[in-house]
Amino acid sequence: MSTTTLSTPVSRRDFIKLTGLAGGGLALAFYIRSGGEASAAERGSSDFTPNAFIRITPAGAITIISKQPEMGQGVKTSLPMIIAEQLEVPWEAVTIEQGDFDAKYGSQSAGGSNSTPNNYDNFHRLGATARTMLVEAAAQTWKVPASECRAVNATVVHSSGKSLSYGQLAAKAATLPVPAEGAVRLKDPADYRLLGKRFPQVDSRKLVTGQPLFGFDVKLPGMLYAAYEKCPAFGGKVVSANLDQIKRMPGVKDAFVLEGNGIVKELVPGVAIVGESTWAVISARRQLRVTWDEGKVAEQSWNSYVAEARQKAAGPGDKVLRKDGDIGRAFAGAAKVVEAEYLYPFISHASLEPQNTTAQFKDGVLEIWSPSQNPARNATAVSKLLNLPEEKIKIHLTRSGGGFGRRLSSDFAVEAAAIAHRVNGAPVKLAWSREDDLRHDHYRPGGIHFLKGAVDAQGRVTAWRNHFFTFGEGGSPGSGGSLSPDEFPGRWIPNYQAEQTMFETGWPMGPWRAPGSCVFSWVIHSFIDELAHAAGRDPLEIRLELLGSQDEKPGSGGPRSAAYNVARMRNVLKFAAEKAGWGRKKYPKGSGAGIGFHFSHKGYFAQIAEVTVTREGQLTVDRFISVGDVGAQIVNLSGAENQVEGSVVDGLGVLLMQELDIERGRVVQSNFHDYPLIRITEAPKKIETYFLKTDYPTTGLGEPAIPPVAPAICNAIFAATGKRIRQMPLTKTDLRWS
Amino acid sequence: MKYTLNINGQSRTVDVAPDTPILWVLRDELDLVGTKYGCGIGQCGACTIHLNGVPTRACMTPVSTVGRMKVTTIEGLAAEADRLHPVQQAWSELDVAQCGYCQAGQIMTAAALLRDNPKPSDDDIDGAMAGNLCRCGTYMRIRAGIKRAVELNAGGKEATQ
Repeated sequence: MSTTTLSTPVSRRDFIKLTGLAGGGLALAFYIRSGGEASAAERGSSDFTPNAFIRITPAGAITIISKQPEMGQGVKTSLPMIIAEQLEVPWEAVTIEQGDFDAKYGSQSAGGSNSTPNNYDNFHRLGATARTMLVEAAAQTWKVPASECRAVNATVVHSSGKSLSYGQLAAKAATLPVPAEGAVRLKDPADYRLLGKRFPQVDSRKLVTGQPLFGFDVKLPGMLYAAYEKCPAFGGKVVSANLDQIKRMPGVKDAFVLEGNGIVKELVPGVAIVGESTWAVISARRQLRVTWDEGKVAEQSWNSYVAEARQKAAGPGDKVLRKDGDIGRAFAGAAKVVEAEYLYPFISHASLEPQNTTAQFKDGVLEIWSPSQNPARNATAVSKLLNLPEEKIKIHLTRSGGGFGRRLSSDFAVEAAAIAHRVNGAPVKLAWSREDDLRHDHYRPGGIHFLKGAVDAQGRVTAWRNHFFTFGEGGSPGSGGSLSPDEFPGRWIPNYQAEQTMFETGWPMGPWRAPGSCVFSWVIHSFIDELAHAAGRDPLEIRLELLGSQDEKPGSGGPRSAAYNVARMRNVLKFAAEKAGWGRKKYPKGSGAGIGFHFSHKGYFAQIAEVTVTREGQLTVDRFISVGDVGAQIVNLSGAENQVEGSVVDGLGVLLMQELDIERGRVVQSNFHDYPLIRITEAPKKIETYFLKTDYPTTGLGEPAIPPVAPAICNAIFAATGKRIRQMPLTKTDLRWS
Repeated sequence: MKYTLNINGQSRTVDVAPDTPILWVLRDELDLVGTKYGCGIGQCGACTIHLNGVPTRACMTPVSTVGRMKVTTIEGLAAEADRLHPVQQAWSELDVAQCGYCQAGQIMTAAALLRDNPKPSDDDIDGAMAGNLCRCGTYMRIRAGIKRAVELNAGGKEATQ
């Protein structure tokens, strides 16, 4: 490949074409030519930039670009570590820069725990390719075979002992063609110096000293501040507002109505207030009086849907998701039949940094600084709304103060862009209040499952029926509201029927960390425990029997269907049981252990909780064990453990207290006083995290550790107290015992 | 109104409305953005600063009530510029943060705890930190971070770098 080809710019159209072809993961060839500026002469620089991610200057400065949005999942550290590993540079010597949104980086969406699996192999090759070129540059300089040279510590060393630093080699390397993929050798994992070890986040020092990193911290010369008031009831429109009064308030520059574009995930109608400071805008907003046309959604309340679901539970679902065998016959011939209702409410993402975006429209160009998980979606939405070609939209990625799926939506960025477009000239920072954030989230849908299960005389699970009531809009369930026909234990139980009835609402819903899995696992593993108890079986033993001896269950096809590697699950389950001393430990009344497992986002997790419940009903998680199999290589062990520990605390917090009441089409709660989050006093006393290293591809950790947390804890509560938790959050259940 | 404030040992004059919370004075007027907005009602602790050494919610403290009290923010926590306070050092070593948005507030609360109680028990730690929310769930590392800071303090070692 010649250097001329390398420097061919990739247009966004090409990028879309390429991603379409590659189906998510991008081919290495794309990266190799993407942003390649290897021709030193062409650029009038002696920097070595073999691809869009690596830059080495003749002075020896080494920079790695991080393309993925960082929201606390650690990718700004872990993904560059992969390049540094293969490039053979000391980690301390590398500067990591956050890349802006740019087609040359390929996909920059961070969601679905996909940042690692989608980039892992390519990032190894990018680093190794650059290292190969530096070695070749040294070999040519010395006129020796490259095979006599090796790279170590940002230096190429010849077998004779002479050496040249990467900086010294940069200019020469920049003139070399990029080697073919086959000519690049990847390191033997046994020689890894970085991968699998613990490294603090690259922004650690900035974080602990309070330096600006987040979207909320953006400050530009002449910047104005904005708030955007939306109808408390979803879908409501502005009839009128006291704009003249607001405009006269101190520090207010302007106030105006935006009509919205009819897409709830982009721009809903509201009133914008623009002012000289955050406080001027907040103060003015307190005087804002809006008359709303609340519309039809204001007739919808959660409690009515629950009541309706209970009436319809015994009847057939609107849709049969899966039907195996004959549940009717199996129930009739069962030794024991168990029926139960499981219910979980709508909840919010509640990232600690409320949604915000800074935008500036100037000279026909719209520039955006946004804590987004999905900048491409922002570009598309803004382009369409403002009728601007994407070339006129420039997006910078800031750090996000938590994501959890919320920032895959574009609403806050689109609002800021629309306001800045109207202001025309000055940059405007739109900052949501906590109340805005809680009342205008794209929520994790609630759900109600009516379950009926059977065991035979040998204590085997023979039948399972689930009538699942979910919530959606536009004819399909919200994100996380679709139960896959393949969801465990579908495919395993001979007589299995899953049916779905959906309530059509106008409530905005969106992906919440491990969508679907985060609640289905609780329902399924709690009910398996109920069946185990009915059959007088050990909860671990019945699970191992249920998983069976077949090593892999193929998916049934269709979306959300995936092959299930039973052997991997069995191994994490057995390992967790061993670590917990399952079956060997005796617990006093009020204490007990519970188990759960789940496969999602390509990761296999088994978890065991040990809890104590006082007679007064006070719950303590004494010990929590997580065992995960996410493939062959943990990238940054510190980040990986942090993700798992955080998932455990998050899963416990959701179980303990998270709940939104939706009445008359609006969220009742408004801030952390009535929508509390878990505090340190409620966190587990001890969390143990183990990873099983397997030969499978390396996958992500943002999500797969959360689903089994709630069932493990609820099953432990049952073991401790005999109380079965069938409703989230735990505040709904009296845990006192005597 | 003009207010002359003592911020991280420096005298700073601002011209703002008297009811402006010191949080927005720090962030908008003085470019000290380490102090975060999380809830505005004193529930999350992301805006924790020290007023005369006492951990205080900046979001609920009007600038007019600050007077000559010493305001310390995360940017001024370390005794010397270019050095880290032992709590900052411990947080960095143990990689406490995930998203990090709450951590300035956590560090300010932890620093005040250790000044008053150099060897806190586990219950002391949980009790002192209960007002600071971490949505990412880094509580295990916050506990460990405080214990590491105790060690750094006890060793009499000046935090470096």
